[in-house]
Amino acid sequence: MITLRGLTKTYPGAAQPAVADLTLTVPEGTSCALIGPSGCGKTTTLRMVNRLVEPTSGEILLGGQDALRMDAVTLRRGIGYVIQEGGLFPHRTVAENVATVPRLLGWDAARIAARVEAALSLVGLDPGRFRDRWPHQLSGGERQRVGVARALAGDPPVLLMDEPFGAVDPVVRARLQDEVLHLLRSLRKTVLIVTHDVEEAVRLGDAVAVLRAGRLLRHAPAAEILADPGDPFVAEFLGADRALTRLGLFILADAPRRAEAAPGTPLPPGTSLRDALAAMLAAGVRALPVTDGGSVTLDDLLTFGGGPSHAA
Amino acid sequence: MSTLGGAIAWLGANPGTFGTALLDHLLLSVTGLLIGIAIALPAGVAVARRPRLAEATIAFAGLLRTLPSLAVLAALLPLLGVGFTPSVVALAITAIPPVLVNTVIGLNTADPAALDAARGLGLTPVQRAVGVELPLAAPLVFAGLRIAAVQVVSAAALATFIGGGGLGDLVTQGLALLDTGRMLVGAVAIAALALLAEAGFGLLERRAAAGWRDAPA
Repeated sequence: MITLRGLTKTYPGAAQPAVADLTLTVPEGTSCALIGPSGCGKTTTLRMVNRLVEPTSGEILLGGQDALRMDAVTLRRGIGYVIQEGGLFPHRTVAENVATVPRLLGWDAARIAARVEAALSLVGLDPGRFRDRWPHQLSGGERQRVGVARALAGDPPVLLMDEPFGAVDPVVRARLQDEVLHLLRSLRKTVLIVTHDVEEAVRLGDAVAVLRAGRLLRHAPAAEILADPGDPFVAEFLGADRALTRLGLFILADAPRRAEAAPGTPLPPGTSLRDALAAMLAAGVRALPVTDGGSVTLDDLLTFGGGPSHAA
Repeated sequence: MSTLGGAIAWLGANPGTFGTALLDHLLLSVTGLLIGIAIALPAGVAVARRPRLAEATIAFAGLLRTLPSLAVLAALLPLLGVGFTPSVVALAITAIPPVLVNTVIGLNTADPAALDAARGLGLTPVQRAVGVELPLAAPLVFAGLRIAAVQVVSAAALATFIGGGGLGDLVTQGLALLDTGRMLVGAVAIAALALLAEAGFGLLERRAAAGWRDAPA
């Protein structure tokens, strides 16, 4: 669990605090996406959690421990850290990169080797193929995977991710997001993610926290905040298509289903409601069949995705 | 041909004199270079992360670099007298600028994401300097060492003017005695040492990043 209480950072000489009186809790095993325009303080907030930035005032509790009273270096070894473009050490092989924290923790060689294998496998990289490669021999997506493996190697309960998928192309990014999301859920990690991308925030964050000028405007589950932004700035930031974005969070299996069949190409039950709506638009129909039986209708989608009064 | 013949004849007759001059030259160069590196490398590491100090340091190094070695030697004469010590001090001063500038630039052009990751993963400042910052700066640092080594080996030829010895002695003696053979032996040996320093440190420079740099390994 990550708890931030009254967290404030004022840089020397700055008139306004970069982060002001921020209070936020990320429950054990869940993720929270910090989002907002550039300069809103999201990155500063993230970097205060592992003390790359020292807070001016406030409290940080990690699993009940006061992070500000701990030795900063010890604290960081217990927190996974993933940054944009991976931040891999170019002069170390993939295996050496992944082994960074286990080595710092003084594990023996056999345990480190086993952990490197396991961490690479977790992120979908064949250890035999990738262990001895240099970072410059990897694609952007592979570098990012190694970055995640390196962050997981010490098996930290908490992960910090700073624009983790910002540097990879959209197709690779969507796949990486899905895989990492499943991975972090299955490992029950508590995750704080910084992103400027609304789609990424709602995809990766169980909860979304919107910041503006160092202040927390809204902190709520992703589907809730999209259905009801509750603040004109938040609404604008989430975009005019936020109802569509919200539909993208659910799949047909979540939605009401009609028993009667419909004509047309059947959709698999794992299809997102957003894609189902797009399929109806493309086919010019008000209902489409689902592969495991029954059909989904435009009316049901409208009800399901229709703003606060219909919020699921 | 007669000059070359004279040189070979002189070398054949005076192998001991040549050997002493060569050893003195090497001793002067290596000591001066090591002292210069011992000052410039830590100084570069210390100032690299402080932008204003780094800028001032580079400007200062540029100033040092413009001082002619002979002028430095002459200036040291009243302070440190003659002989080995002032010569080594002058050579160390020659070695500092290229090592210092390349260390600062090498550290400052190292991938900032890798440096951020090193901090964020819990490396101590010393572990970061030794394990990440210097290795990433190594190709440029070695280039600085190569430049310094060549300059020091060449400048050591001037030590003769303040009684520091070395191969420069053969040149000045040859000039004074109108012994072109002796002079040529000194001159060629100095040039050969400079070329050797260039080649040797060039090899180190390429080794410094073998494998991990984008260039084909």
